[in-house]
Amino acid sequence: MYSEKVMEHFTNPRNVGNMPDADAVGEVGNAKCGDIMKIFLKVDNDVITDVRFQTFGCGAAVATSSIATEMVKGKTISDALSITNKAVADALDGLPSAKMHCSVLAEQAIKAAITDYYEKQGIDPTSHVGCDMQCEGCGGSH
Amino acid sequence: MDKIVYLDNAATTRISKRAIDAMMPFLTEDYGNPSSLYSLGQKSKVALENARKTVAEVLGSRPDEVYFTGSGTESINWAIKSAIKLKQDKGKHIISSNIEHPAVKNTLKYLGDNGYDITYLESDKHGQISLDALRSSLRSDTVLISVMTANNEIGTILPIAEIGKLAREREVLFHTDAVQAVGHIPTDVNELNVDLLSFSGHKLGGIKGVGALYVKKGLLLQPLIHGGGQERGKRSGTENIPGIVSLAAALEDAVGHMPLREVTRLRDKLISGVLKIPRTHLTGDPINRLPGIASFVFECIEGESLLLLLNQHGICASSGSACSSDSLDPSHVLLALGLSHETAHGSLRLSLSVDNTDEDIDFTLEKLPGIVEKLRMMSPLWNG
Repeated sequence: MYSEKVMEHFTNPRNVGNMPDADAVGEVGNAKCGDIMKIFLKVDNDVITDVRFQTFGCGAAVATSSIATEMVKGKTISDALSITNKAVADALDGLPSAKMHCSVLAEQAIKAAITDYYEKQGIDPTSHVGCDMQCEGCGGSH
Repeated sequence: MDKIVYLDNAATTRISKRAIDAMMPFLTEDYGNPSSLYSLGQKSKVALENARKTVAEVLGSRPDEVYFTGSGTESINWAIKSAIKLKQDKGKHIISSNIEHPAVKNTLKYLGDNGYDITYLESDKHGQISLDALRSSLRSDTVLISVMTANNEIGTILPIAEIGKLAREREVLFHTDAVQAVGHIPTDVNELNVDLLSFSGHKLGGIKGVGALYVKKGLLLQPLIHGGGQERGKRSGTENIPGIVSLAAALEDAVGHMPLREVTRLRDKLISGVLKIPRTHLTGDPINRLPGIASFVFECIEGESLLLLLNQHGICASSGSACSSDSLDPSHVLLALGLSHETAHGSLRLSLSVDNTDEDIDFTLEKLPGIVEKLRMMSPLWNG
């Protein structure tokens, strides 16, 4: 049911782990539904220089987290914000329809981390992230 | 993947050699319709009635109390939907448990949506239901009790004989879903005090697509499936002779292996080995449990991930996590035990058969701790 690429990222996840000195952290989902994604960013001069993730969830949740970290690494904040859930799913050669929400979660995790980054910089994230982070999908983490 | 370690026997079983040998002639030369008059047809008829006798012997029933169906689910649907019609003048109240298999659960939900009042007895942390709670739930309009003999996810064996005794005293019909029990533990219908008992062939070494229903003599159950009048007018459709023969042969074989001491020993070895992993819990009744079912929850990880990693080592298992189904909720059985959603997502069921060996268990116990550790290291919930 999963593509080879999903299984490859699930088996050998990239950038997994904690980052105690992160510049920004975003966490979405909730344990009740069986998915939590946490993304840690290091940002230097508006460029994401390092990234880590921790995920509680199914194979697709781990794989989308893993590929999302690869997709944002080295990107500017604004480029990272343009990553859609569809781009995440496409990068994994697609996801089963029941698992598309995992790609949504990955997109939201990136946005949640960037929102945290803006807030720490004293910048109102609303106009940049394009979402007030009040929607249910973020698990109300913002 | 070279070796398969099959630990999902509660999902389905390998077809027993005896079942294959017994059914093979009916897949090849002996293809006659048992309703036909000529010898070829009568050969099938004889096989059908011999199979019925075999099943009856195991259940301690008369052969004419046994009906063959297309699945355990069909047996359950037929039993419940037709039993309540027999008592429709008495009322529309049904009592069941909150840990039933979807075959019962969703049949009752359908009836609940169509004017029936269903009481779901709450199970305790081991998946046991209280006879006192059952007694106080019985009403003058109660027509049926349906409680499973043993649970498919956690292996708990329920007090069917006692429930049946109470049902008899109160003149309420009693059905049990014995899909996980028949061929694994004793299921004599006289000892269990049941009126209706459902089971399936493929959970005990038969092929898929065949089930059976025991109906106590005198219960004039209306058919669920109408047509050509097979099964003495109660279940139409040309009989699945190869399937029925395989069910009977597999059942004979399974009963020959009982009381499954070796399976129980391997199960206990597996349980004590798995429980050495930190923050891991056994689910289900530690004492009254099926010989083949070992079931657990691991804190801070999710079941589907666990299954995928086990599969990479050739280990076949099941989970009640949401991601291994199509819903967002983990299994209703695990929630009924009082487990939190997050803990229930980390469930694992390993179910054994007589084919499993010490080598299978040792291999699983060698691989599982590292897999759990790998997932916990990835989990934001895990803090060491």
